Amino acid sequence: MIRFFNVTKSYARTGTAVHDVSLHVGKGEFVFLTGPSGAGKTTLLKMVYMEERPTSGEVQVSGTSSLDATARDVARLRRKLGIVFQDFRLLENRTAEQNVAFALEVTGAARATIGPKVARVLTQVGLASKGTAYPKELSGGEQQRVAIARALVNDPFVLLADEPTGNLDDRATRGIFQLLREINAAGTAIMMATHNLELIRRQELRTIEMNRGGIVFDSAAQRRVVREV
Amino acid sequence: MRSLRDAFVTFRRTPLLSALSVTTIAFSLFAFGLFGLVALNIREALDRLEDRVELRAFVAEGTPTESIAIAAADIATFPEVLSARTVTQDQALARARRELGEFRDVFEGAVLPASIDIRLKPGFRDPATVKSVAARVNTFAFVDDIRYGEEWIQKLYRLRTIAGIAGLVLGLAFASVSVIIIGATIRMAVLSRAREISIMRLVGATDSYIRRPFLLEGFAKGVMGGLLALLLTWLARLLIDRYIIETVFFDERIASLGLLFGAMIGLIGSAVSVGRHLRTV
Ligand SMILES: Nc1ncnc2c1ncn2[C@@H]1O[C@H](COP(=O)(O)OP(=O)(O)OP(=O)(O)O)[C@@H](O)[C@H]1O
Ligand SMILES: [Mg+2]
Repeated sequence: MIRFFNVTKSYARTGTAVHDVSLHVGKGEFVFLTGPSGAGKTTLLKMVYMEERPTSGEVQVSGTSSLDATARDVARLRRKLGIVFQDFRLLENRTAEQNVAFALEVTGAARATIGPKVARVLTQVGLASKGTAYPKELSGGEQQRVAIARALVNDPFVLLADEPTGNLDDRATRGIFQLLREINAAGTAIMMATHNLELIRRQELRTIEMNRGGIVFDSAAQRRVVREV
Repeated sequence: MRSLRDAFVTFRRTPLLSALSVTTIAFSLFAFGLFGLVALNIREALDRLEDRVELRAFVAEGTPTESIAIAAADIATFPEVLSARTVTQDQALARARRELGEFRDVFEGAVLPASIDIRLKPGFRDPATVKSVAARVNTFAFVDDIRYGEEWIQKLYRLRTIAGIAGLVLGLAFASVSVIIIGATIRMAVLSRAREISIMRLVGATDSYIRRPFLLEGFAKGVMGGLLALLLTWLARLLIDRYIIETVFFDERIASLGLLFGAMIGLIGSAVSVGRHLRTV
């Protein structure tokens, strides 16, 4: 589903951001991506949604290869992905509903199908009653729920979340994390970059730790190693 | 539909620049239009004049009528020549009297020279051909002098060429200015919507979808500029008609060609700009 083959990403001005990473994330998995600042987590996620292409190596996501994907292929791919950021990235001049509907409109969804889908995902993230609120009328946690609803509305096979709780207090963080678990339980894979070690420690979920662009620990690999022994 | 609404949204966001782009497109087309109108009317006039283009070869006194007739028949076989008619001294006098009506007394006792009046076939009435025919007619020894509307026909031709070139140069200059201004407007619009565009990309909108409202905006401005130019040209013609000289106006085909050209300017300006700036947001 998501595969990295010896992926290296270098920038002209800052050098190597990701170094020789090989990785496989399967259907329905929940993966934590952790590591110190500058480790390459964001860069790795960007290569999953092909905002960036590897300098060497190959990324394959759901049949799309970084080696030969056209701009149109990338647009198609993203309709099957959900992407969530620390800073929510909502449009301030649109209501919660309109923000979610936006993702359907710009991908050419049939008009009649938009309303019901939006209502469904807003209910799923617990914001059924706040559909007509503007982002500035919502708390941080609620705004992130709108962003998650927008990410979910195209029924993605994986949700990519780059520090989705970075701007939230503990309570809101737990709420968002709980929501992500529910979404995962319903079958959507999740890759979540986070600095919140406490959150990770309490879970029995796959954890990939990065440092200086490389993977220094992968709990899935550990388990596999243990099994082989 | 959404694109159409968006096009007008950007118009509201940057009203000054948008109005400026429409105006420059209008001026570009107005320059084409005005000089085009001049060229068109000069051509009309030339067409009418050319019908009358005539060479008149005056014959020396005492030339035998038979020689004149033979020469006329010879001239009539020139490929450019429609007809060559001999006019005797008496006929010349009669014609002068007829044409000058009340001044006929002036011709009392006067002698006008005989001539061969030559008319050219259509398509052979431009100054160069007229001149070459005149030169050949002049080789007959008894031909004293040849008159043809030489100077002012050439002047009209030159005027038409100048009007055409001036319209083209001015129009193209304005057109490139409008492309630049449209480009700047689109750039502003793209930047002011950078956030929206990046989110569109994130959720999987194609570049052509993102580009569409901007292209539509350029196109709409081009058409508006074209309409404005048409109106300006039409008003200008109205004034010229009333105060200077009666003129003809473009037919619908040329008018819609103007609109199309305006739309092209708008489209090209926005296409170039949006292509360049979408990469940067
Ligand atoms: N667009 C870019 N251009 C140049 N260098 C970049 C770019 N993006 C990231 N980098 C560099 O790549 C390295 C990894 O950055 P990245 O954002 O992936 O780290 P991160 O693990 O997400 O860090 P954080 O936890 O602070 O978000 C950094 O050294 C950064 O300077
Ligand atoms: Mg990061």
